[in-house]
Parts: sequence; structure tokens; C-alpha cells
Amino acid sequence: MLNTLFFYFLSAIAVGSAILMVTRRNIAHAAIFLVTALLATAGIFLQLQSEFLFIVQVFLYAGGIMVLFIFVIMLLNLEPAARLAKFNRSQVIAATLALVLGAQILYAVFVGRSSLRLPALQANISPQNTEAVGDALFHQFIVPFEIVSVLLLVSLIGAAVMAKRRA
Amino acid sequence: MLSIAHYLILSLALFTVGVVGVLARRNLIIMLMSVELILNAVNINLVAFSRLHGSVDGQAFAIFVMADAAAEAVVGLSIILVFFRNRGTVRADEMDLLKW
Repeated sequence: MLNTLFFYFLSAIAVGSAILMVTRRNIAHAAIFLVTALLATAGIFLQLQSEFLFIVQVFLYAGGIMVLFIFVIMLLNLEPAARLAKFNRSQVIAATLALVLGAQILYAVFVGRSSLRLPALQANISPQNTEAVGDALFHQFIVPFEIVSVLLLVSLIGAAVMAKRRA
Repeated sequence: MLSIAHYLILSLALFTVGVVGVLARRNLIIMLMSVELILNAVNINLVAFSRLHGSVDGQAFAIFVMADAAAEAVVGLSIILVFFRNRGTVRADEMDLLKW
């Protein structure tokens, strides 16, 4: 019961701040609402008993990526850009397309929902979650893990090269 | 009682909001943030199915998606920075030249 309540509370925060993020005119406000949505998602991860992802979400998304976004927002002098028209005239088409896509996925979820029963919740959170995730990463998924490390190196070098001020 | 369908519908809502953000907004930073929101919705799906099947494979995938999101944010933001330095705006409409 408490679990259900917690889920609805976090979902309301996540969806509400996502909608606010998309509709804000000021980019800094949008970034703050994105932080709220990401933290609510972190709570959802905790509620799904994956506490390693919960802490990674808080550190990496809310801590790392969002600081990067806010740095860039503050580096760019966006006074004129902040007063841009909020939506362009294709907004109706965009919203319709997104709603059609959403309706299709919703239909798929409703067709298959009988096979989606959640197993009974364990009484307490499994203490081995971090161990299990690390084990999977370093045994079963070792090749993708190494590829991701190369990807991160490439993006690091790429960002440094692009952001370098040319003489 | 909660079922996976609850999580899928939450993820669907976040995904749809992100798609609206990418399609309807013309500010590059907001579009990039909407992409982050979409990736986040995908992560909810992965973790929910990981919970359904009782294995951590979905959580490992979610970590890869997070690393991808970080790489994408870094490269995207540096492109936006260079674009702003050259054109003085972050409007996607103004992105119509490969070289100037």
C-alpha cells in the first residue's frame, strides 16, 4: 500500500516536472525541472529495488550531466535567446505525432498487460544488488563495457577539440 | 497492487513528453534535455523488466544507456557551444550551414 502510494507520488513529480520542463520559456528553469524529473526517476529505481542504479542516477544524471547543462546555459549569454517564441507554428503537428506514437505504445501495453504481473515484493531490499550488477558488468557484459569506455574517451576528446577556441 | 504496466505507462508518459519537447521546441538546449528525458524513460522500462524477470541484465543495460546519455550530452553541448560562438544563437532553425 505504502509502495503504491510512493509510486504514484514519484510518478506525479516526474511527469509534472517533465511537462513543466518542456513548456518553460527560461532555459535555466527548464534545467531545474529536468533535475526534479531525474531525481523522481531515481526514486522509482529505488522502489524497483535497484539501488545501485538509484545512486548512479543521482550522481551521474542529477550531479554530473545537469551540472554540465547548467554550466553551458550560464556560459552562453542567452538573454536574447531566452525571449524566443516558446513554440513554433508546427507545434500542433508535433503534439499530434507524439500523441499518436503514445497511443500506439499504450495500446501495446494494454494488449500485453496480462503477462506483466509483478512478482511479490521482497520484504527488504536485497543487499546484493550492487554486487550482482557489478558481476554482470564484468563477466557477462565485459565487451560492451569496454566499448562504452572507448565511447566515453572518444566523446571526451571530441568535446575538447570542438570547444577549443580557434586562433 | 502495482504491476509492470504501471511502470510502462509512466515511462510512456515521460517518453511522449520528451518527444513533444524534441519536435515542438526550437531551442537546441531544450531539445537536448528532452533527449535526456527520453533516455531516462527507456531506463525505467529496462529496470522494470529487470525486476519482472528477476535478473540484473536490464540494470546493466540501463548503465550503458546512462553512459551513452553522458557521452551524447557532452558532444551535443560542445556542438551547441561552438554553434553559439559562431552564430550567436541556439535556435535549431538557424542550423542550416555545414560550414561558414
